[in-house]
Amino acid sequence: MLELRAVDIRQDDFRLRADLAVATGRKVAVIGPSGAGKSTLLSTIAGFFRQTSGQVVWQGRPLDGVAPGKRPISMLFQDGNLFPHLDIARNIGLGIAPSLRLSEQDRARVEDALQRVGLGGMGGRTPAALSGGQQSRAALARILVQNRPLLLLDEPFAALGPALRAEMLDLVSDLVDETGVTLLMVSHDPADARRIAQDIMLVDDGHAYPPAEAGQMLADPPEALRRYLG
Amino acid sequence: MAQRPVAIGRSLGYLAAALLLTLLGVPLLAIFLRAGGGVLPGPSDWAALRFTLTQASLSALFSVFLALPVARALARRRFPGRRMMVALTGAPFILPVVVAVMGLLAIFGAHGLLNTLAAQVGLGPWRIYGLHGVVLAHVFFNMPLAVRMILQGWQGIPSERFRLAAQLDLSPGGVFRLLEWPMLRQVVPGALAAIFAICLASFAVALILGGGPRATTVELGIYQAFMFDFDLGRAAVLALMQTALVAAAAILALLVTRMDGSGTGLDRALPRWDSPGGWRRLADVLGLIAAGAFLVGPLVAVALAGLSGFGDLPPGLWPAIANSLIVSLLSALTTVIVALALSAAQSRVVQGIGLLPLALSPLVLGTGYFLILNPVIVPGRLALPVTVLVNTLMALPFSLRVLAPAYVRVEADFGRLADTLALRGLARLRWLLLPRLRAPIGFAAGLAAALSMGDLGVITLFGSADRQTLPLLMFRLMGAYRTEAAASCGLILMALSFGIFWLFDQGGGKSNA
Repeated sequence: MLELRAVDIRQDDFRLRADLAVATGRKVAVIGPSGAGKSTLLSTIAGFFRQTSGQVVWQGRPLDGVAPGKRPISMLFQDGNLFPHLDIARNIGLGIAPSLRLSEQDRARVEDALQRVGLGGMGGRTPAALSGGQQSRAALARILVQNRPLLLLDEPFAALGPALRAEMLDLVSDLVDETGVTLLMVSHDPADARRIAQDIMLVDDGHAYPPAEAGQMLADPPEALRRYLG
Repeated sequence: MAQRPVAIGRSLGYLAAALLLTLLGVPLLAIFLRAGGGVLPGPSDWAALRFTLTQASLSALFSVFLALPVARALARRRFPGRRMMVALTGAPFILPVVVAVMGLLAIFGAHGLLNTLAAQVGLGPWRIYGLHGVVLAHVFFNMPLAVRMILQGWQGIPSERFRLAAQLDLSPGGVFRLLEWPMLRQVVPGALAAIFAICLASFAVALILGGGPRATTVELGIYQAFMFDFDLGRAAVLALMQTALVAAAAILALLVTRMDGSGTGLDRALPRWDSPGGWRRLADVLGLIAAGAFLVGPLVAVALAGLSGFGDLPPGLWPAIANSLIVSLLSALTTVIVALALSAAQSRVVQGIGLLPLALSPLVLGTGYFLILNPVIVPGRLALPVTVLVNTLMALPFSLRVLAPAYVRVEADFGRLADTLALRGLARLRWLLLPRLRAPIGFAAGLAAALSMGDLGVITLFGSADRQTLPLLMFRLMGAYRTEAAASCGLILMALSFGIFWLFDQGGGKSNA
């Protein structure tokens, strides 16, 4: 279980409070108006941004002071999820060992991950030689080998067209189901949320509200969500 | 306040800054201690100070004044070879001083081209030694720099303004008054201050073309106190004087200079619609040709003389080449390592510390290290290590200005991704920083290697016949009037300096992304 215990995030005039829990294995869409603090919330959980007070807790263990790379978290950003100077296999290999000293077994895992996301045999290409959708798949392959129990997506597919984005979300949904990881996914689009999320976490007015069941939320949105959906 | 908990070696950066402060501060301290027991500056020292200020002022004025028409012509004319000409203005920075001076002698010297021609019509001979020779050489080196700085100012004027000027059919005078004069008022003081500061610390030029009571710079005075009198106390006093002078000028230059010095994008040819024709076009053409001839002529002269001298290569040439290569490569290596470490701090304060060597001249540092080593060991035995050290310190500010911003950009673009993957230490260096920084590292290493290759500074204090670099050998040959052999060395030196810069820059240039 991921817990945000009385977390209070402040930066200049900005303030965001969160006191909530996400059950292990849930798929949660984080939605709300732009500027509400969705990305900041994910950055805080990932360890890039330190909350002013409160605690981020995973399975009962506080994560404060743990470096981002040491947290049980893998994360995809809006852009820059692959190193352009390394080929795809190495980009994925970094998810296994930062030194890139890979055993035969590790290499096999990289190739399996490539197969799983539909990029079999493309490990030798550089990111620039792949299409936008293939780059997203490569980043997801790295998430697979990283094998961390909590996955944070900060709109990594925002630059893709609607059809491709839907395809990626389906792939993410499948991978999450196979591996049983807990997913937090920032989204602007309720359709995305409807597509793969079980729960919706609303971020608005300086608060991150506890996640609630998606179908119910969208069918009968609370006041704040209704304002956002318009 | 996005924090970066696992960024590579910020502490490494602070450590490098502390090391740098020590390497600069300890020799300065040694000079202070020595000067404390020494003598007050005498009349000849004050004369050296006056001469230093005079030549630096004249050099700055002439360099900038002559650069104005050249920069304007480059800014408003489009012609084949323009790109090459702009590139050429960067060349003097890595051209060995001793080679350039030799070339100037071949054109302007007693037996040079100009005097030979003048003698045909019964004029001359003009002598190059003394104040005007020193200023001439400084203009040769710094006029191109001034062209770069002023051209950057011209390129900085939005092309929409020139479009508007063309639309309003402004006369050239109007364009000057409304667009160019306001820019020049901002750019020219910076160019003057920078060149003034550079010329204050000039040593090799004064060593060859100056000298004597009426043409000795403070920097040269330090050398003479060593070599002629072995008066360490006086050398220390002069070194203090020089440090105060150069530090003040460097601070002034940093305050009034607006450009970043990189001069990137200068070869972009922005469209201009207002370029006047007629005699103004002719004047621009003539100005560009004259400037080109002034810059290329001396180098061609050295090359030609050098080719004919290859039959009479001096003994000691190969060891000198080997020494120069070793010093140059080691300096490049240490410069890049220290510059990378300083960049890793990603701190303005640390970057500022990295610029401090600009305030200390090579001979001042050399004096300091000599004072430290002298009681312990014969300083000459450490000639090459000390040269590497001083050359590293001297190249550091330039390398840092190339590397530090690039480092910050890489961390901004890929730092978070690297953090989520726990890339730190050597893994971050190998898989993120080195590949992404390849081009600036190549450029910085090339600069450091070329500067070190052509350096004729601290080696003159420490060097001896069996521990000499190529520039020192060349200088000695010139002193012995073995002009052709010196020219051959000059040709080799020039080829090595440009070649090593080119190799490093190319090596970094093929950035694979």
